[in-house]
Amino acid sequence: MKPAAFAYAKARSLRDAITLLGKHKKGARLLAGGQSLIAALNMRLDAPSVLIDINGIEGLDEIHLKKGWVEIGALVRHSQALHSPIIAKHVPLIAKALPHIAHPAIRNRGTIGGSIALADPAAELPACLVALGGEAVITGPKGKRTVKADNFFKDLFETALGPRDVLTAIRVPVASSESRFGFAEICRRRGDYAIVGLATSARVKDKELSDIRLVYFGIGSKPERARKAEAALVKGKIDAAVAALDDDLDPHDDVQATGATRRYLAGVLLKRIARELAEVRL
Amino acid sequence: MSELSCAIMITVNGEEMRATVEARKTLVDFLREDLGLTGSHIGCEHGICGACTVRVDGTIVRGCLMLAVQCDGARVDTIEGVSDTGEIGDLQEAFQKRNALQCGYCTPGMLLTVQELLAKGGVPSREAIREHISGNYCRCTGYHAIVDAVESVAHARAGGKS
Repeated sequence: MKPAAFAYAKARSLRDAITLLGKHKKGARLLAGGQSLIAALNMRLDAPSVLIDINGIEGLDEIHLKKGWVEIGALVRHSQALHSPIIAKHVPLIAKALPHIAHPAIRNRGTIGGSIALADPAAELPACLVALGGEAVITGPKGKRTVKADNFFKDLFETALGPRDVLTAIRVPVASSESRFGFAEICRRRGDYAIVGLATSARVKDKELSDIRLVYFGIGSKPERARKAEAALVKGKIDAAVAALDDDLDPHDDVQATGATRRYLAGVLLKRIARELAEVRL
Repeated sequence: MSELSCAIMITVNGEEMRATVEARKTLVDFLREDLGLTGSHIGCEHGICGACTVRVDGTIVRGCLMLAVQCDGARVDTIEGVSDTGEIGDLQEAFQKRNALQCGYCTPGMLLTVQELLAKGGVPSREAIREHISGNYCRCTGYHAIVDAVESVAHARAGGKS
């Protein structure tokens, strides 16, 4: 089981990476942590003509606190994020999610940007980015732009990234004293992709919940917001929220679980998370 | 600018060397086929089993999910290296003493993985040990003996009884 032959190019700068993407067009893939890409190449699920290694690009592996936002560079490794005091204090949802991602050796290499850019529907971080109302920071041939997480994830492994774009960072709002977060997933073995998972954020003010975002992963083609369940939960109606998942979600069958099992587990997670968010009410 | 084969400079188990590698060659294939360091095993080749675990610049990685060409300028330690230096002598002895291996296929990866945990110092809980080795499959032991061995070495290194 070996990858088909490809060429290798090490990008010296962001501009260099974008130039290389333009030169090699559809045959090129960006190599960040490689923890999904190289597995896919080994299994020959993909056979690019060239890998553009962005690991040497300076400045993409930093975590900064900036005016109400935390900016996490695309090349920040999962293990680096897991040990970051800034993330632990200001982005507790991601801090809760990180230990669920794969295993130590994979977290040492895998990057935050790689996980977001790949947009695996069963992955934790895309759901967290949507739950947090975060943004993707992208540089392309025409310069830099930001895309809201709600508009970034388009479909199965499809994002707002164009063929010559590089995801350089994600930005997420800093948690306040009113912020509440919940994270839970169900998987057969530790570190596996979840059969179904749920990332949530909400605000609590004067004992009232508001701005709830319930974002499921592993249950559709991309991170899925359960908007009707959110509306029910704002009113404190947990059972109604669980029932509303019938409208919100369209679970699929696969080798791990049937759609019906996923639908049931989605309700189990919602009940768990509702209690976690509550602390104050419900 | 982009090449099917690349020249790299790499330090393996303390020895600096130059090599020309195919871009598609994984680190573990390079170690086994080009350098004859067959202590790093190949199991699943897609990052699930942990048999190919090696250290790159001091942290453990999957040897099957990293390309040799990416290790240009890097320092790589394999089971041969950490055995020769004696770094994990106590762990190897504990694994033997407690029957923490049978067929031994997972053992090199398992040893490098637990060494990373123990190098942080302190005595991790059994739960933390299990969590840390969750990405290393062993189909013989049922893990219990491995956790016993790791725990005993942690106590011994911390100055207690094993």
